[in-house]
Amino acid sequence: MVRKDSKFKLTLIYSFLTVFTLGTLYPVIRVISISLRPGNRLLSTSLALIPDGATFESYRRLFTDSDFLRWMLNSIIVSGTVTITGVILASTAGYIFSRYRFIGKKAGLTALLTTQMFPATMLLLPMYVMIARLGLINNYLGLIIIYSATALPFCVWQMKGYYDTIPKSLHEAAIIDGCTHFQAFYKVIMPLATPALVITALFSFMASWSEYIVAAAVLQSQNMFTLPLGLKQFQSNMSTEWGLYAAGSVIVSIPVVVLFIILSKWLVSGLTLGSVKE
Amino acid sequence: MNSEQKKRQENIFKYLFLAPAIVVIFAVVVYPFIYNIILSLSNMSMTHFRDWKLIGFGQYLKVFSEKGFYIILGKTLIWTLVNVFFHVVIGVFLAVLLNRHLPGKGIIRTLMIIPWAMPQYITALTWRGMFNYEYGAINLILSKWLHMPMIQWLKDPLYAFAACILTNIWLGFPFMMVIAYGGLQAIPKELYEAAEVDGASGWQQFWKITVPHLKPVLTPAIVLGVIWTFNNLNVVWLVSNGGEPSDKTHILVSFVYKAAFNLYRYGYAAALSMIIFLILLVFGIGFLKRTKATESIY
Repeated sequence: MVRKDSKFKLTLIYSFLTVFTLGTLYPVIRVISISLRPGNRLLSTSLALIPDGATFESYRRLFTDSDFLRWMLNSIIVSGTVTITGVILASTAGYIFSRYRFIGKKAGLTALLTTQMFPATMLLLPMYVMIARLGLINNYLGLIIIYSATALPFCVWQMKGYYDTIPKSLHEAAIIDGCTHFQAFYKVIMPLATPALVITALFSFMASWSEYIVAAAVLQSQNMFTLPLGLKQFQSNMSTEWGLYAAGSVIVSIPVVVLFIILSKWLVSGLTLGSVKE
Repeated sequence: MNSEQKKRQENIFKYLFLAPAIVVIFAVVVYPFIYNIILSLSNMSMTHFRDWKLIGFGQYLKVFSEKGFYIILGKTLIWTLVNVFFHVVIGVFLAVLLNRHLPGKGIIRTLMIIPWAMPQYITALTWRGMFNYEYGAINLILSKWLHMPMIQWLKDPLYAFAACILTNIWLGFPFMMVIAYGGLQAIPKELYEAAEVDGASGWQQFWKITVPHLKPVLTPAIVLGVIWTFNNLNVVWLVSNGGEPSDKTHILVSFVYKAAFNLYRYGYAAALSMIIFLILLVFGIGFLKRTKATESIY
């Protein structure tokens, strides 16, 4: 829709949006600014955006004097495994939910939707008790199981929704051409579903990459920490490690923010799928 | 290949693919749900971790008999209403501003998505730093630029709760903005032209055209927003550092998390989780009944 606005109105809108955007971005700018502070000025009452004597010292210390790299490795192992699990289970389960009729299909889909109303503790507590019984506390596997379980409902719905848009006849045509069902799935359907697979993978990855609460319950020793736990530890020690926290946050956030902005259109279209049908 | 073989092959394929679906449903929904019910009927705690037994509805009775539950429920409702209200108002307002010929609006829109894109825990921890009394940016801005008294954000229960709400409003409005913006673009502009011809003011156009058209798009988003906000553990837990000062800033989920993982009262926490879930379920079913929003996508 193109409305013609007067010059005055446009100026007003622009100035408001500029001020509002700057206000919105202020916390982000503030973290970046703190990450550039020299060690002796971490606690300062200055509001300057570029601190006096700006330096990348915090970034250097992050990689050389702290466990940051170890935490990053932990995070990559956990998030990577969750991603692979999520993609394999969601791509197959989603296909079944999209293509076939079977008893309990509607109940299953509703159940997955219902999990969105579970308070975090409702999944976490039973799984935590199970993991404790299995001796998986302070273990990657324990965390991976809980993360996969949390991410899967969304991933299955996302995949199912995408398969729904691929004509059924393609699968049937591949069968007639001599493919087995598996070949039809791999060679015909999967390549067509690549965008949805990418979304599912990135969603699972980002969800576990940025998760604090579950990790805090499951992981105990510092060398098992994922990035969120590590950064929280820096943050609680505000006087000495404030700069490390800020530098770490910047490094951890940049890839997530960039990916998210690229993906935001997709995520939203998935979320509002139901809204067009009244 | 005869048709019987074909049928069999298809069945093998079906069942092999059905297996992960069943595993998923069991692992993600059925098992935690049933086990949570069992826990909620038990006396499991740190001292009774292995030798726990079923004790009936004792934990539920305990929840309902405590005054604290009603206070925290009240806080949770305030938390949810205030947050969602501001998310929607700010989101729709920005979407309306952006929905016009405005060079450079793509950049503004992208920049405004950043609060949503940031990992929530970093947002929460950063805001906690900004609320620090001596060195936090908020107090510095208040005192240096606005010449107002500094505020004990994190030590006073009321201000600490306000700090959590401010943080959550910040990270939540972009979602509503994006949804509302999508909804606005779908409104045919002829409607506004016709209204213009009939002499309707901008304000009238907003209430008579924009709002009714946004309603079907925003309603599911608001329902999701309510559920997410009601269940948002990250912000409250990290901004108030686990309910500080003295457990006065809890909403229901953070209170349950504390009961389970700091106080090891597993049975009690499970009962409270069930109660939270039932509250949201009633809310969710009420919504689905009214709109039938998901019916057509099964």
